[in-house]
This record gives sequence, C-alpha cells and structure tokens, in this order.
Amino acid sequence: MKRPDGRSNEEFRTVEARVDVVSRADGSALFAFGNSKAIVSVYGPRQLYPQHLQNPERCLLRCYYDLASFSVPERKRPGPTRRSIEISYVMTKALEPAIKLEAFPNSVIDVYALIIDSDASTRCAAINAASLALANAGVPMKELVSAVSVGKLGNELVVDLTKEEEDFKVIKEGEEQKTTDIPIAFLSRSKKISLLQLDGKISAEELFKAIELGKKACLKISKIQERTLKKIKNIKK
Amino acid sequence: MEEEKAREIVVPGETIENRKEFIAGEGTRKEGNEIVAERFGVVDRSTKLLKVIPLSGVYIPRKGNTVIGQVIDITFNGWFVDIRAPHLGFLTIAECGKRVIKEDLSEYYKVKDILLAKVKSVKTRSIELTMKERGLKKLDEGLIILVNPTRVPRIIGRAGSMVNLIKKETNTTIVVGQNGVIWIKGKNVENELLAKKAIELVSEKPFIEGLTEKVKEFLENEKAGWKK
Amino acid sequence: MEVTNLTKKRIEELIARNKRLDGRSLLEFRKIFVEKGVTKKAEGSARVRIGNTEVIAGVKLNLTEPFQDTPDEGALAVNVEFFPIGSEKFEPGPPSVEAVELARIIDRIIRESHFINLKKLCIKKGELVWMVFIDVYPINDDGNLIDASIIASIAALKDAVFPAREEDKVKYGELTKQRLPLNDSVIGLTLYKLGQKFIFDPTTIEEEISQARITVGMSYRKKEFIHAIQKGGETPLSEEEIKEAIKIIIKKGKEILNKINL
Repeated sequence: MKRPDGRSNEEFRTVEARVDVVSRADGSALFAFGNSKAIVSVYGPRQLYPQHLQNPERCLLRCYYDLASFSVPERKRPGPTRRSIEISYVMTKALEPAIKLEAFPNSVIDVYALIIDSDASTRCAAINAASLALANAGVPMKELVSAVSVGKLGNELVVDLTKEEEDFKVIKEGEEQKTTDIPIAFLSRSKKISLLQLDGKISAEELFKAIELGKKACLKISKIQERTLKKIKNIKK
Repeated sequence: MEEEKAREIVVPGETIENRKEFIAGEGTRKEGNEIVAERFGVVDRSTKLLKVIPLSGVYIPRKGNTVIGQVIDITFNGWFVDIRAPHLGFLTIAECGKRVIKEDLSEYYKVKDILLAKVKSVKTRSIELTMKERGLKKLDEGLIILVNPTRVPRIIGRAGSMVNLIKKETNTTIVVGQNGVIWIKGKNVENELLAKKAIELVSEKPFIEGLTEKVKEFLENEKAGWKK
Repeated sequence: MEVTNLTKKRIEELIARNKRLDGRSLLEFRKIFVEKGVTKKAEGSARVRIGNTEVIAGVKLNLTEPFQDTPDEGALAVNVEFFPIGSEKFEPGPPSVEAVELARIIDRIIRESHFINLKKLCIKKGELVWMVFIDVYPINDDGNLIDASIIASIAALKDAVFPAREEDKVKYGELTKQRLPLNDSVIGLTLYKLGQKFIFDPTTIEEEISQARITVGMSYRKKEFIHAIQKGGETPLSEEEIKEAIKIIIKKGKEILNKINL
C-alpha cells in the first residue's frame, strides 16, 4: 500500500528541528513533523510558589501543552480543554524519567508547548521539542526523549500519522475499520518507553510489531535531536 | 566557522568514553565501563576525571561564590535576595556586614538594592549569603548586565586576564558575579557601554580562538571611532 | 533581575542625552521583519519580528448569523493570548488585563479604519455572514509587543483567503484564491515616554521603566486619519505632549508602511 503522501510505512515526515528559538526562555526549541509544528520554551529550574507544591526530594516538572487557535481546521477557542490537560499530563510523564529532578529539590521546571500548526502527531512533536528545549536549557538529564505516532491503517502498520491517515476508514468484512493511533516515546539510551497511548482496535501481536516500528523511528529521531543540539551556530546565547 | 575550535560537544545520554581508566566527573555518570554525559556541553578531558562543561543553564550556587543580587523582600531577621538561582538567597542580620541597631532593616538595605555578596552555604530550600568580607557591599552606581552564568569563566579569563583587559582598555571597574550578573562602573556611561559591548562579545562567542586578541582589537577600533 | 535601579538610572541619563542602551536613536525601530503564510491550517498568517521580539498572528474564518444591529455586515473578533512560552511573566490561565487591552486596541484599529470591508462579508442579509477571527500569540517578548502584534494582525489579514463554502457550511482545508476585502495603508504604532523624552520600540527594560505610552491607529489614503488611540502607563501627559506624540507617530507610521512589506 502506498501512503497518501508517498512515504514508506517506516518513514516519518520531513523533520524541522531548531534550538534557541525563544531568546527570553532558559531553553527553547522548535520541532515539526511536516505540518505539525511545536514551539517549546523551558523556564527553570526556578523558584516554586506556592510553597505547599514544593517537594524537598525533587524538582517539580510542569508541562503545559496547547494548540494555537488557528492551528486546526475550525478555530479552537483559546484556553485549556480536557484534551490539552491530558496531553500536558502525559507529556510530563514522558519527560520526567529523563530529567535529573533530584538535583533541584523544592524548585520547578516549566515546559510550555504551543502547537502553531497541526496535522496529527502534535503531542509527539511537542515531546521531541521539549526534550531538545530541556537539553538546550542545560537541565541535567540522563538521556533524551523521542516520540512518534504509529498507526494501523487497514492491515498496515505505519509511522507518523497525518490527519488524513488518522481519519482514514476502510471497510473490512463488512465492518468499518478506523485507524488505530499509538503515540509512543522512547528514552534514547535506556530504550525504555515513557509514553504509550492507544485508541482503536489492534491485536496484541500487531501492537508488539507497532512498538518495534516506533522504536526504530524514535532512535532515528534521537539522532536528529543530537545533531540539532550540536550545531555550533546554535551554541551561543 | 573555520575559526571555531573543534570541540567535543555531547548531549545527555551520549557515551563519552568506554575505557576503564577514566573517572566520571561533573555532568557525567558511570554506567559499567562507560562514562555517559548528563548535560549538553563540552567535554573536559584535561585529566582522567572527565567532565561536561555546560553551555547553558541557570545559575547553580556553590559555597564561596561571589554573586550580585537584588533585595526582593525583608523579614524580621534578614533580607531575601534574588540571585537568579532556583532558590532565593537569604542574608541574615548576623551576616549583613553592618552593626544593626535599628529594628527597621530597610534602614540598612532596601527592597531593590543591589548587593555584592558571597554564598555562605547552600541548603535544599535556601541559599545563605554573607557580606562580612572586605569588598562586599551595596552597589550604588553603575551599569548591571546579565549574561548566561556558564559564560562567566570565559569573561573572567585565565587568572582574570579577560576581565582585566576590558577594565584597563575601558577604564572601568568591573565585578563579575558567578551568577552571571556583572557590575560595570566607569568615569562616564560611554566607557561602561563599551565594556558592556566587549563582555557581550565574549559571552556570545565562547568558541572562538584567540578571543583576547579579538576583544583587544574590538576595543581599540571602537575607541578609534570615538576620536574621529 | 533584568531591570535594576542602577541600570534604570543609566538608561534615564542616556535618554536625557538622546541616546539609548543599545545605540539606537530615540525614534529608531529595531529591524522589522514580516513573513506571511507561516501556518498551513490558518486561512491567513504572519510572523513579525522586531529585534528579538516575535509574534505570530493567524486568521480563521467561519460562517455565522450577523449581529442584529448590523444585519448586512460580517463580524470581527480579535484575541491575544499571552501563552507562557514567550516570557517568564506570562502565566497559564484566563487572559490577563494586558492581553485583553492589546486585543481591543488591535480590534479598534482594524474596525474603525474600515481595514476590512465588513459589508462585503455579508452573504445573505440578516442570515449569513463571514466572521473573521484574528488570534495573536507573542512567541518571544523583548519589548514592544503592542506594535509587533498590530503589524502581525494586519499582515495576517493581508495573507488571508476565503475558505471554500457550501451553502452555510465552510469546507475547511479547502481554500479559494479570493482575498479578503481589505482597504490599504493602515497601521498602529506606540510612542513611549521615558524620562522627559519620547522613544519608539522599547526593549523590555525600556518598556518597564517608561512612565507612559500612547498608541495611535491610523490610515493613510487620500488623507491621514486617526482611528484609535490608547493612552497607557501611570503618568499623565500634557496637551502639548499628546499633540507632539501624535505628530511623531503619524510621521513614523508612513515611514514604516513604506519600508516593510505588509
């Protein structure tokens, strides 16, 4: 099967990655899969108020994800939704294991992700940008985090779904089958999974294959992240 | 690009070394035989103790650091001072370097005052400051500029060579806080601004070879421009 | 810690001598950079950079019933979101007073200058009209967000085309080639008072220590007209100062419209 944009099943869209895109932040990055584009700023580690939120054993990580109102087909009303609140939370959980939070007790690191253009897989773009922005902010980290979405389209497993693919439907044995969407994040060194979500319908064997496919893509993405950070022109502030 | 030194830049999670004889220093960890980077930065291989020198990041206070901070609040027993760290600095009456007899502590240091102080100790929730040493004082006049704290060693230079050069060429007094807050005081504002430009040049180009010469050249050119 | 009393004093001394910390003259802008069509999903978009300050604005259109008092006119809504990405001073949560004020300044400039011909957005009188949404996001605050946001909004409108329509439904994702019905030559600029002088395009430090500002929205067609004014800041201005400020702004507006590709 050929994908609508001509990619192979294992291929993610063209990636655009840059760091130091927001001079005011302690660290920042842009990461895009095709037309899914995230800008992330990191502020901190900094003082955390109110005091009751402070943890004497470690730093608090707060992620805040949102879509720009104009980044979707029909204008989104500004402000958080149930969806953005959940994504912010799973993003936090995806990044936490990579960060040496114990180095900064009672403080906070804030990660803000704004999606300025969307074409599915935005949470994955946001996690990739956040990992870059955290490293760019000089935050002590055990490793990087890389994320991609894997989808089951009909009988095929594919990497980095577009909106068109996400909305794809096939009739199989008289039954309408929708795309199964599986966002997944891997830690670059330990190769552990820090984000796994799924909605759709898939067998366990197929899911295991999907995870393998996601892993391969994530390792490629972590290499892109590494190269992006190392570009010498980015190393100044 | 050619004038930039080939530096060994690493990202978190990257293996720096896998030979047994090396030891994991700051910004790294040991994993089996491997030494792994835990920060984005440049590898320091000057000894067997490998370190990653960060290229970015907020100020992390250390005991003995000279810092410049701003008073942001006053309590019954001291002053809270913003030193651009993940926690506020606290200066107690006992450490304030003055004989305190009045109850109103703002008689000594007010909110918004800029203090040159030292880090006495670092605790999980607060950073204790002291002003009891010679030279530590409230700064009254001059220009304050902020740079990334990771640039401070470059700005100071080997045994103070860089900052001394800038001081001499611009005829200014300069104090570089380890927290990236720099105080410049000159005979006139033009001198202070020239020193500011020179410091920014150093801060923006940490990789360039022969930086001292470049700064010297820059300052001479600028000053020649004044005379015209 | 960005603005200290010491630096404030130095800036004021410099301004008194018609100089600025970054070497600019008092009425000089940093380099303005306008880029259109920066997001695919919006019907129009623009990124504006003034020095390190960066703003992205996007235009979305939908179909709606007209307001009862304007049955033959389309509708306009401007929103500014200080998403915390752009400054440590922005906080998540409901819009701040500053964001609402800025949105309303932009709204008034565009509405009162008739930059958009709202009558031409009417499809069926009393029943169906186009609604134009402008959403503005500051990406990096290094001062003068007001002017950057105004310019970004105007540029995004200029970039916008109508989406395809089927009866009273928008076919999102399908764009026509038809541009919005716009008039030309509209801009808004802000003059800040610092010490006893006026300056344009303050950096964050200058902005923080300025005592007053005045924003003027203008159009330059056969004649120059003023369409919106917002006096801000804590210090009042004298009548003479207001007159002087308005003259300076009108002159600068023309200059900038000629210089940038809006």
